[in-house]
Amino acid sequence: MPSLSYLVARLLQIIPTFLLVMVFIFLLVRMLPGDPAIAMAEAKATDAQVVQIRRNLGLDQPLPVQFMVFVKNTLSGDLGRSIMMKAPVSEVILSRLPTTIFLSLYAVALAVLLAGPLAFLAAMRANTTTDVVIRGVFQVGLSMPVFYIGLVLLTVLAAQLRWFPVGGYGTTFLGNLHHLMLPALSVALYTSAIIVRNLRASLIEVLDADYVQFARAKGLTPRIVMTRHVLRNALVSTVTLLGLSIGNLMSGTLVTETVFAIPGVGRLMLEAIFARDYPLIQGLTLTFAVMVSVVFLLTDVVQSLLDPRLRKS
Amino acid sequence: MSALGHTSQRRPNRLLAFLGRAFARPSFVIGFAIIACSILLALCPQVFAPYDPLAFDMTAIQQPPSLAHPFGTDNFGRDVLSRVIWAYRVDMQMALLATIFALTIGVTAGAFVGYYGGIADTIFGRCVDAIITFPFLVLVIAIVAVLGPGLVNMYIAITMVNWVYYARLTRAEIMTQKANDYAAAGRVLGFSDRRIIFRHLLPNAISPVIVYWMTDMALAILLGSSLGYLGLGAQPPAAEWGVLISEGRNFLLTAWWMSLMPGVAIVLTGLGFSLLGDALADLLRAKGR
Repeated sequence: MPSLSYLVARLLQIIPTFLLVMVFIFLLVRMLPGDPAIAMAEAKATDAQVVQIRRNLGLDQPLPVQFMVFVKNTLSGDLGRSIMMKAPVSEVILSRLPTTIFLSLYAVALAVLLAGPLAFLAAMRANTTTDVVIRGVFQVGLSMPVFYIGLVLLTVLAAQLRWFPVGGYGTTFLGNLHHLMLPALSVALYTSAIIVRNLRASLIEVLDADYVQFARAKGLTPRIVMTRHVLRNALVSTVTLLGLSIGNLMSGTLVTETVFAIPGVGRLMLEAIFARDYPLIQGLTLTFAVMVSVVFLLTDVVQSLLDPRLRKS
Repeated sequence: MSALGHTSQRRPNRLLAFLGRAFARPSFVIGFAIIACSILLALCPQVFAPYDPLAFDMTAIQQPPSLAHPFGTDNFGRDVLSRVIWAYRVDMQMALLATIFALTIGVTAGAFVGYYGGIADTIFGRCVDAIITFPFLVLVIAIVAVLGPGLVNMYIAITMVNWVYYARLTRAEIMTQKANDYAAAGRVLGFSDRRIIFRHLLPNAISPVIVYWMTDMALAILLGSSLGYLGLGAQPPAAEWGVLISEGRNFLLTAWWMSLMPGVAIVLTGLGFSLLGDALADLLRAKGR
């Protein structure tokens, strides 16, 4: 187990980062050209209404005071009211969040199932035709934007072959798996391209490492060498890669939700942008940042569980 | 690596030798060929496009790919291939403009921060931590949301986020280079900090940045076309791959070629930049040994 002090130190590290994240998000809306109150007001709003909005948003206070209020409200879970949905931002986001989390986990599972075995195959047969074909295919995958992968899958597997629904969200767990197969696969294909590329390289390195050669030389069966020495190391690099590509994954989810009309936070973000719903945009940006830092934190913890050397620093 | 490696007399020979080794690699040759063609198409699309990209032809609406129209025609009878070729202009411009300012700002900031260290470095580190806590696309579209959709605002938004990645890379390289004897020699000779950073350290630290730049141009095209597709980047009358794909979105069942054909150009160009980047990475790593 990682020591308690390690975990505490890692958690404390988040505080200054998050304070800056809050500053960015706070400044983002203040970057609006002109008066945010006017931008947020409806076109036919009277001057009195604009003043009212300004007061509601606390925009008549000096900036540092506004920031303190923003931090205080955010920490107590109050993210303001969504203009578009006419409901508290936190409620709107929470109602859409499970879909996105489900989709992301689904995509991660697919990516690992797809990339793991293929990276292994490529590494074991490095520089053979198999290796070249696998790398070639994933290199092409890496050059495809997620929305395009989605549209290709949609055309071939949903529209032509009718294996999967064109969009939407199921009602049961299995129905969800079926409905979200194509959107999850679009994100997974891109993510697995990143995994294959790096995992193959690190596997080749491990297969060639002294301790693996030594394990073989002392007569361990290839199976034990594989599971105890090679796989364990491969796992560390896969976890690290998945952790680092969480930003990519979230970006991909945002796009894929739009392509397949899935009611998650990604599509909500776009709706909010076109509706100029700034409190909602602010809340969503914060939500994405929270999700990424939680994953970064989990990655570090899992990494230190798998690799004791990392606990020392 | 020698400190005197970049004296002017030896440069042409080294450049020729480098190019010789580069063109011996198939990945470099293919990547170079793709990018050279893409630049050519971007510079003079009128020479290569078989039809006027904007001309409506009501007698040839949504024709499937054929010899006359290799990529088919769209819902106004416009030739999709010609529109894809004209779009090279916008998309290649995206590859350049979404990265070049980020590179310039990032490299300069990273070089100074890496050289001086201290408080500036700590502040920089914290900012980087905070910025990478946002998914790239989320931060970019949040900024675009505030500035308003459009190409120029998209460049501004991408640059505001992207410079961090260049700065981080340059900072790390400068920190390693700074520990070398030649940097100390420069200081002993009384050279100014600026001269040591830009004339001595940076030329030795720049190669990973160039490699990253190649991959980043591929990423810029992916990102730019995604924003175009979402309606936040290039705006509809303009021919841009993401915009073209989104225009065909409603005709996937009846005219799949409207959406799927422009994607071929994205994949091909992206592939070109990544092949070039990979080949350069291998070449520069081999040189470093």
